[in-house]
Amino acid sequence: MTTLTLPTRKAEEWRYSDLDALAAIWPTPAPTRIDVAAGESARHHLLQDAADGAAAVHDYVITIADGARCDFHVLNIGGKFGRATFTVTLGSNAHFELNGAIIGGGDQTLEIITAVTHAKPDSTSGQTIRSILGQRATGSYLGSINVARDAQRTDAFQSVKAMLLDRTATANAKPELEIYADDVKCAHGATVGELDRQALFYMASRGMDPTTAKTLLLKAFVAGVFDDVADEAVKDRLEAAAIAKLETLV
Amino acid sequence: MMLTIDNLTNEIDGKAILKGLSLSIKAGEIHAIMGPNGAGKSTLAYTLGGRPGYEVTGGEASFDGVNLFSLDPHERAAAGLFLGFQYPVEIPGVSNLQFLRESLNSQRRARGEKELNGGEFIKLAKEKAALLGLDMEMLKRPVNVGFSGGEKKRAEMVQMGILDPKLAILDETDSGLDIDALKIVGAGINAIMRKPDKAVLLITHYQRLLDYVKPDFVHVLAGGRIVKSGGPELALELEREGYADVVGAEAVAA
Repeated sequence: MTTLTLPTRKAEEWRYSDLDALAAIWPTPAPTRIDVAAGESARHHLLQDAADGAAAVHDYVITIADGARCDFHVLNIGGKFGRATFTVTLGSNAHFELNGAIIGGGDQTLEIITAVTHAKPDSTSGQTIRSILGQRATGSYLGSINVARDAQRTDAFQSVKAMLLDRTATANAKPELEIYADDVKCAHGATVGELDRQALFYMASRGMDPTTAKTLLLKAFVAGVFDDVADEAVKDRLEAAAIAKLETLV
Repeated sequence: MMLTIDNLTNEIDGKAILKGLSLSIKAGEIHAIMGPNGAGKSTLAYTLGGRPGYEVTGGEASFDGVNLFSLDPHERAAAGLFLGFQYPVEIPGVSNLQFLRESLNSQRRARGEKELNGGEFIKLAKEKAALLGLDMEMLKRPVNVGFSGGEKKRAEMVQMGILDPKLAILDETDSGLDIDALKIVGAGINAIMRKPDKAVLLITHYQRLLDYVKPDFVHVLAGGRIVKSGGPELALELEREGYADVVGAEAVAA
């Protein structure tokens, strides 16, 4: 439940947040609940493109019943402070997949937080997050995976990659695994990098101007995040918004 | 004169590599530069291409009447310079076709020419890929990712064909090629670049590429300078007798 007291940075899940921006919209609305019934499939997406200077917090509480699946795509690009959180509970043989991109510049603070609980056996989950951060932006991904004692044969992965365009930008990636079962696969990887200088020179040597070359490399970096969005109109909208945003950063 | 290099000196990380290199290339000519390891051959190519970190400390280079060093690398390409890489760079997630279309259209924009649309570009790419015997499917794949050494070099020549430069500086394009691939690449260089208004600077360790691409002039680069120039026969002499015997152990060690 949402508490009415403004959080502090001492709370792990708010550690990298812009609390001044948050104060302006506190208390945030109640979370959106998504319940996927047994055997069903659901697809959802969020385009967080709040106006410049605004704060936006989107909380989701998702329950995925036995044999059900939920695919969520998120693009977090807007506002001074933009936050999307996903609190997910999986039944047996259930699957949750989050594909997300964070693209930020200026003084933006953008974050995605996931807390995935594998409550029963044989469920699977995946989170793929790509962040592109320029200027003084901060992008964070905090992802916890909690595997209950009898949730045997859980298979979970996290893939987190961040690209910093300027030395003044910050990327935080924090995986957290809490595993009480003993037959479990939890894979996670996180990298933070910069644009490949060798590739940039190769592209320049073929005549590509620096803006075109950087844009192409950044598009390639986030390509794939929205590949499996089923609704073509949604996919086009997310991709177009991502490209328009990263073009402002190069 | 297509390219005039006069008394060029440079440094990488404060270390002098080129130590007063001079060379002139006219339109219609093919020049080969040979030389021992560490002589500065690749450094010359990268310096002319404008690779960051290859600092020019003295001398001049004029390309088609323009001060080459006043141009950024992408402007050099738009002016008609093509640099063939010894180790072509892999770019995951960017297809060859996308890479080349963006490159060509960037060049065309810079020259005030109309950009090619998708259909026009594909037609051009197909024609040049066929010339080098490269499957169009390869061009749909990411730039150089998963390509064999020979495929990378062939893809470089397809790039050259599509970009249609005035001057190609080819840095050990023959390395990593088997005899069949060498023949194809050699024929590609001839077909694309052996023209009265174009010129080629081949940088190579070995004579064998020169069997397929006949140079008009051969130069020996040693110790950061051109220490000997001659005709095609110089390459054969080097192959037979080695650098030390032809230009002197002193020049090679310099």
